Amino acid sequence: MSTNTSTNTDWERIHAHPKFTELHDRKSRFLWSLMAISVFYYFLLPIGAGYFPAWFAIKIWGPLNVGLLFALSQFLVAWGIAFVYARRANGEFDALAESLKREFQEVQS
Amino acid sequence: MSAAALTQTRVSRGLAPGAGLAVGLLAATPAMAAGAVAPEFKWLTFLVFGLIIAATMFVTYLAARRVKSTAQFYAAGRSVTGIQNGWAIAGDYLSAASFLGIAGLISLYGYDGFMYSVGWLVAYITVLLLIAEPCRNIGKYTLGDILAFRNDPKKAKTVAAISTITVSIFYLTAQMVGGGVLVKTLIGIDYEVSVIAVGVLMLAYVVFGGMVATTWVQIIKAVLLVVASLLLVFFTWLPYGFSLPAFLQAVVADPGVQAQVSKLIGDTAAGMSTSELGQRFLEPGLYLKSPIDQISLGLALVLGTAGMPHILMRFFTVPTAKDARTSVLWAMAIIGGFYILTLFLGLGAAIHVGATKISSIDAGGNMAGPLLAQYIGGGADSMLGNLFLAFVAAVAFATIVAVVAGLVLASASAMSHDLWVGVIKGARATPAQEVRAARISSVIVGMVAIAIGILAKGQNVAHLVALAFAVAASSNLPAVLLTLYWKRCNTTGIVLGMTVGALSAIGLVMVSPNMTYPDAVRATNQPLVAAKQEAIANAERALIAVPESARATLAASIARLTGERDVAQAKLDAVAGQSTSLVGLKAPLIGLRNPGIISIPLGFLFVFLGSLFVRERRSLEKWEELYVRQNTGLHAEGASAH
Repeated sequence: MSTNTSTNTDWERIHAHPKFTELHDRKSRFLWSLMAISVFYYFLLPIGAGYFPAWFAIKIWGPLNVGLLFALSQFLVAWGIAFVYARRANGEFDALAESLKREFQEVQS
Repeated sequence: MSAAALTQTRVSRGLAPGAGLAVGLLAATPAMAAGAVAPEFKWLTFLVFGLIIAATMFVTYLAARRVKSTAQFYAAGRSVTGIQNGWAIAGDYLSAASFLGIAGLISLYGYDGFMYSVGWLVAYITVLLLIAEPCRNIGKYTLGDILAFRNDPKKAKTVAAISTITVSIFYLTAQMVGGGVLVKTLIGIDYEVSVIAVGVLMLAYVVFGGMVATTWVQIIKAVLLVVASLLLVFFTWLPYGFSLPAFLQAVVADPGVQAQVSKLIGDTAAGMSTSELGQRFLEPGLYLKSPIDQISLGLALVLGTAGMPHILMRFFTVPTAKDARTSVLWAMAIIGGFYILTLFLGLGAAIHVGATKISSIDAGGNMAGPLLAQYIGGGADSMLGNLFLAFVAAVAFATIVAVVAGLVLASASAMSHDLWVGVIKGARATPAQEVRAARISSVIVGMVAIAIGILAKGQNVAHLVALAFAVAASSNLPAVLLTLYWKRCNTTGIVLGMTVGALSAIGLVMVSPNMTYPDAVRATNQPLVAAKQEAIANAERALIAVPESARATLAASIARLTGERDVAQAKLDAVAGQSTSLVGLKAPLIGLRNPGIISIPLGFLFVFLGSLFVRERRSLEKWEELYVRQNTGLHAEGASAH
């Protein structure tokens, strides 16, 4: 797996670098909370449909009921989470990772 | 066609026991052996099929000239853009089961069908947040490469390859059998011929064009699928001024929908008004009866997608982790948008085609989309209607071929890259040797797929898709996730966790209600055959008495009854002389159809236990490197020049 370049890199030093610790801390907190929200929101659907069907049957707008709106909201929430993640990853996380990469690739060469 | 001619056709086709294909979601009644497309329009279907096949073959020809290196064959030279890969992921993922199956479920059961589709999209959140970028950063070509990074390479690659091949074969079997039935139902060519056609075409893409051709076939298919669905939804929704409540009102007010609901809920329908019956179609509980099974399936989808080897492989085709991210975003937009369209396709088919007609051609509702296309184009006797039908049928065919190609490529890579090069040759093989090995592996897997497809004719394979996801979620995902995010994870952990996860998922399904229990089959189908037989006899007596003008309807109902009788009879014949299920049980041991809720925690638990019991130096030493690389993309495999 490891190529020549990778064995020369001091991975432990990067791992302990404050910039990396910062990237890691911010990223994991963000990722796992988004993941938790997503899983929680998704499982409300089968739980609601299975155990609270009367709520799902409440009509809101003509024949459009809570169940249908909730199912449609699942799409918006999934897209929303993806969008929020992508925005932060494309900006903040990528910038941090880039600056780390620049620092250590320069040291090597 | 007169009654006599109808019966004649059926008899001459020799509907011997077993000819009735009962294939779970994709069940075709023998009465429609001639196909959904009328014979006089068949040329149109073949023309559209031919055009699509020609386009994909041309792409394969272009790709074949480029595919020389391993990076080209397995990963399309890592030069696929994020947007292209997003379309390819959608093309890889939207199988016939989701394209035809979910629209069909919505057309027959309303709300529950739509609810079923949500999990397939939410699954990509796991892929996006936890899997895509790290795998792109540390992986090379296969699941085995990811697991071998900090674990014992030979052991990790062996277990990853076995798991990849198992998951892919389950999924592949469902696709091959489903595809064979589908093509037969649509255009009436023999089941075996359709299976071989799907297999040979797919092999041509994979063997000659590797990942490059597979990617483009998947992109073409996804674009066709989205265009076809958008067109159908546009014309379905247009008469209601694109208003959602107005469209739903038409569903609620439709007598066919109301009749279907009253058929589904039985006695409870007695006190309900027609509008209440119609409204019930938009409420949960007509199809999915067991919430715990639903939750278990949801868990398998949300975690299993991220462990699907053919999905993981797609992330090695893009140049950077950022492109991997972009590809999931595009895939989520396409897949989610598509599933919202299926709501309109399904409900549209429920109004315009009707549950009775849909389920008379295919009990699982798979023909809802194609029949809606026929209706929108002007009906069964019109040129445009049949052109639309042919187009949707060809898209369905392309769908199966594209999904199968992705699966075969994933298992062939596991065979050649992980097992042959990684384990047997000890990573000493020239690129030319490896590409040749990969091509040979593809042919082997392809032949196996064709053989299984033919052998499994008439078997109930619908649960194999759910099983594939359950195994991926219980075996691959815990191993990948913990290798990426948990310092103490090691070889013993992943070998133990993957084995226990996979075996428990498979074992639980073997003792579940998914299997065929001969006594239960007899208990339901014997009375059914007798009842249908009696109804047929009555109708045949009536046929002599009624005037000429009324005969056509009566003949049609005889044909339908005979079809239903033959399906039930075929189920009886399939279990003749047997008294226990495949594993020797008279009745299921557990009530759960989807094993995920038990097997996924088991998979995680045993990765933990194995890792904690044994200490391994390599796994710990490589942790910093893995963790830095997966987060930063330092020294990630770059795009190859060709």
